Amino acid sequence: MEIVRPQSHRNLFSSNDAVSVPSLPLYRSAPPLEVRLEDFESFAIDRLRVLKGISDGLSRGKKPEEMEKLVKELWKVNMRHQHASEVLNKDIISHFVLRLVYCRTEDLRKWFLSMECALFRYRFRFLTPEAQRAVMDNFDLTCRAVNNVEFESIKEKLGQVARSMGQPSPTVDAIFYKVPFEEVPELVAGRKVFISQGYAYVAMNQVVSLVATLFRSQLSKTLILTNRKWTSSIREQEKHRLTPIVEALSSSYLGPDFSQPREYAEISLKDIDQVAKSSFPLCMRHLFDKLKEDHHLKHGGRMQLGLFLKGVGLNLEDALAFWRAEFSKKVGLEKFEKDYSYNIRHNYGKEGKRTDYTPYSCQKIISSTPGAGDQHGCPYRHFSEENLRAALSRMGVNSRAMEDVMDKVRNRHYQLACTLTFEALHGMTCDAGINHPNQYFSDSQKILQPKKDSSAQNLVTARE
Amino acid sequence: MGRNRLVLTLRNHLVHGKPQGLDIQGEIFFLSSCHHTCTSSLYSFFIHFSSCKSSSIFIQMIPQQESDFDHNYLKPYYGKLFPFADIFKWMTYGHDGKHPGCDQSYFGRREFSFTLKGDFYLRFQSFNNALELENSIKEKCPLKIDIGPVYTVDPAKRHAYAQGDNNVFAPVERELIFDIDMTDYDDVRYCCRGADVCLNCWPLMTIAIKVIDTSLRDDFGFKHILWVYSGRRGVHCWVCDGKARRLTNEQRASIADYYRVYKGNENSHKKVSLMGAALHPFLATSYTNVLKDYFEKILLTSQNLLATEERYEKILSMIPDESIASELRGKWQDSRRSSSAKEDINVVRWEQCKQLLQSGKHKAQGLRRCVEEIVFFFTYPRLDMEVSKHMNHLLKAPFCVHPKTGRVCVPIDPNQCDEFDPTTVPTLFQLLEELNNEGLRADVNGEWNGTSLGNAITLFRSSFLEPLQKACKEEIERSYNLKLQQSKNSVGW
Repeated sequence: MEIVRPQSHRNLFSSNDAVSVPSLPLYRSAPPLEVRLEDFESFAIDRLRVLKGISDGLSRGKKPEEMEKLVKELWKVNMRHQHASEVLNKDIISHFVLRLVYCRTEDLRKWFLSMECALFRYRFRFLTPEAQRAVMDNFDLTCRAVNNVEFESIKEKLGQVARSMGQPSPTVDAIFYKVPFEEVPELVAGRKVFISQGYAYVAMNQVVSLVATLFRSQLSKTLILTNRKWTSSIREQEKHRLTPIVEALSSSYLGPDFSQPREYAEISLKDIDQVAKSSFPLCMRHLFDKLKEDHHLKHGGRMQLGLFLKGVGLNLEDALAFWRAEFSKKVGLEKFEKDYSYNIRHNYGKEGKRTDYTPYSCQKIISSTPGAGDQHGCPYRHFSEENLRAALSRMGVNSRAMEDVMDKVRNRHYQLACTLTFEALHGMTCDAGINHPNQYFSDSQKILQPKKDSSAQNLVTARE
Repeated sequence: MGRNRLVLTLRNHLVHGKPQGLDIQGEIFFLSSCHHTCTSSLYSFFIHFSSCKSSSIFIQMIPQQESDFDHNYLKPYYGKLFPFADIFKWMTYGHDGKHPGCDQSYFGRREFSFTLKGDFYLRFQSFNNALELENSIKEKCPLKIDIGPVYTVDPAKRHAYAQGDNNVFAPVERELIFDIDMTDYDDVRYCCRGADVCLNCWPLMTIAIKVIDTSLRDDFGFKHILWVYSGRRGVHCWVCDGKARRLTNEQRASIADYYRVYKGNENSHKKVSLMGAALHPFLATSYTNVLKDYFEKILLTSQNLLATEERYEKILSMIPDESIASELRGKWQDSRRSSSAKEDINVVRWEQCKQLLQSGKHKAQGLRRCVEEIVFFFTYPRLDMEVSKHMNHLLKAPFCVHPKTGRVCVPIDPNQCDEFDPTTVPTLFQLLEELNNEGLRADVNGEWNGTSLGNAITLFRSSFLEPLQKACKEEIERSYNLKLQQSKNSVGW
């Protein structure tokens, strides 16, 4: 891809004038395409709006149908071009620019990868069957269709799988693809395919998972390569032209980052009981209470609460003191130091590979899978209705607000349920919604702190 | 001191000629006092007359309860019994020969980690060959040896490779592992709790081995699977096929999730929910081939699952239809009087429960799956998901000695897992005594031949290591030839 000054504007893709529906590019290699510098940036920002919109939608727990509508809308609004023939170019250019922007760190790559894959997945669904087949051809899938003889031999099993998902048994002319199970992890995870001798049998209507996985692994590899190219040459060569644009693009759109040290004051151990009551979201409040009650939490709970407390501003020393105080009541001081303190220091990047771990986001907590004996996870998602109601009323949610919360829960809007809880408890709206337990905390503190400050202020003025 | 048993074993032939042993040149290891926390301090010492070829003396104070052992007993265990060569052969996966396709760095990039006495934890140990591994273990005498992944570079030198934000140090291969722990079954067993196991609850582990082993082979096509007793209350599984070792974290997680049927946690009620008009073939096969029989023929009676009100209420609470539940409750509350002692009460009640749930008139009400759900809840394997999901999880090496029980982590034959009895697994004490009775015998296979460890090591070799090595060599040969072919093609004009 070459970047040129505004005056020369050429188009290599619209060689045929037919304004066909743009198909789905696989972005295998950067096109030999000239791009105007201002398009370089504006296309990228438009695509970023789409990806950011998808990210928001997902973290708000939108259902697949809602997401489908959202993506369609986002794409239509942001990715159009005044020349229909340019739409495909814009798609490709914006992708490659963002690839450059988001190749530079592990976190950026991860975010970009999952958003691009989500986008790809929905766009694949919108395609006509012919266009879908074209994409599949590109991944050499068609040759892996199951032949009639094999189909007959496993027909019964395929029927069992279909019925286990509430679908009718496949008919003779149904197409199945036989692929290594490694290529369809999400279908394996959900037991949505028949697996035999290492091969998964993927039905035509599940092919999107397969294609998306292949797309993902291709993009994941190329992101690493792009990163290598970026650090070895592009960054230096483009020092005065593209590098500033690229660096600015990544930082402007990612929202608050709780992995960074926060500017607000640290909390100290003596305040923790009080702020837990006033400002912890239910997931953390529950873990906190359970810890005080049982003097123990299993690993998942320790991670979720421990990293949250770190994000809240509990320093390592206090964190050790906090966990020690509880755990030693149950397992004894010696066992605590032996089995648990390593992990806490590890979370603070003091042991092992010394990564400073990031507090879990709502998305991560919602998608966790607490098992027997586990207390972590998102209460709105993982509690039974009865337990959730009890927990909410302990928090002080009144019965009217409770019904609104439960309504969101029933529709699987867990983050909205949490947002409503926040609003009910703080008597204020929270327009941004809750996306992160640490955001819940800081928003809550923002509301509660000024009150304290101003009452202290009043005291001073009164004295004067 | 009076509570301790003094074990003094003298080999007969020691006595011929030079009975008192004072002029025998020997080494005496005084092993440190072991239990600072015990009320009576225990001393143990171990005298080894190395110059006298065919004799050895152990003088040990053995605590009456063999529940804790001094870690210095491990010295003779590592010295004479631990199968270093086998572990090395396994961990090289064929990369130990002269074949030009061998990756000589492979074993050296594997992480081992040791737990030492005094709770020192050494991570990222690595070794270039079998001898280094053996020497290090003999010298450090770890209470526990864990095996980690194979990394991109030698894990001991990882800091040298960490430059800037592009850290090249990352795991590249790791066996697919499973950890099944009896503590996760506490709500379905009434005989023991926590870390305890007995022959009444052990069948839960047998079920887990059967279900997972069958599926790993039939569904996922894996062949080289090692099951190991964890030494106390569970089992570990190592899937060692090349394909399994190279799975990404996401793929590992997908397999773990494939095996997950428990949806609930401590804060919700329903724990197993099987939806849909049919069971997935994997679940259906597991149910008919394993779960159903174990539930009805073994656990129902051995755990007395329906014998008391508290216990049957638990099962009744899993029936979504209140009228059926109360009908059964009525029957069972009365049946205390009427039931003849002839038939087991659990079996009788289960038959009644099944009959009501499966009778035609209730079929439409979503109760179809209820019988299966109950059986799954009480039998289906409960995996520690996190262990399987990530490449960099450590797992205790086979043939370690469990520090609390003293039992050796021996392999379990999945085809004979019904016969496996955790209470007869050799303990460290037993092995040392056997070793002592046997005396030092020059034996190329190592000392274990004369001890009860023999069977375990034979099993490890014949059912796991040998087929694995053969497959690995073939794979190395194959990929080497392929590479050769490719380079030939690219050279040809």
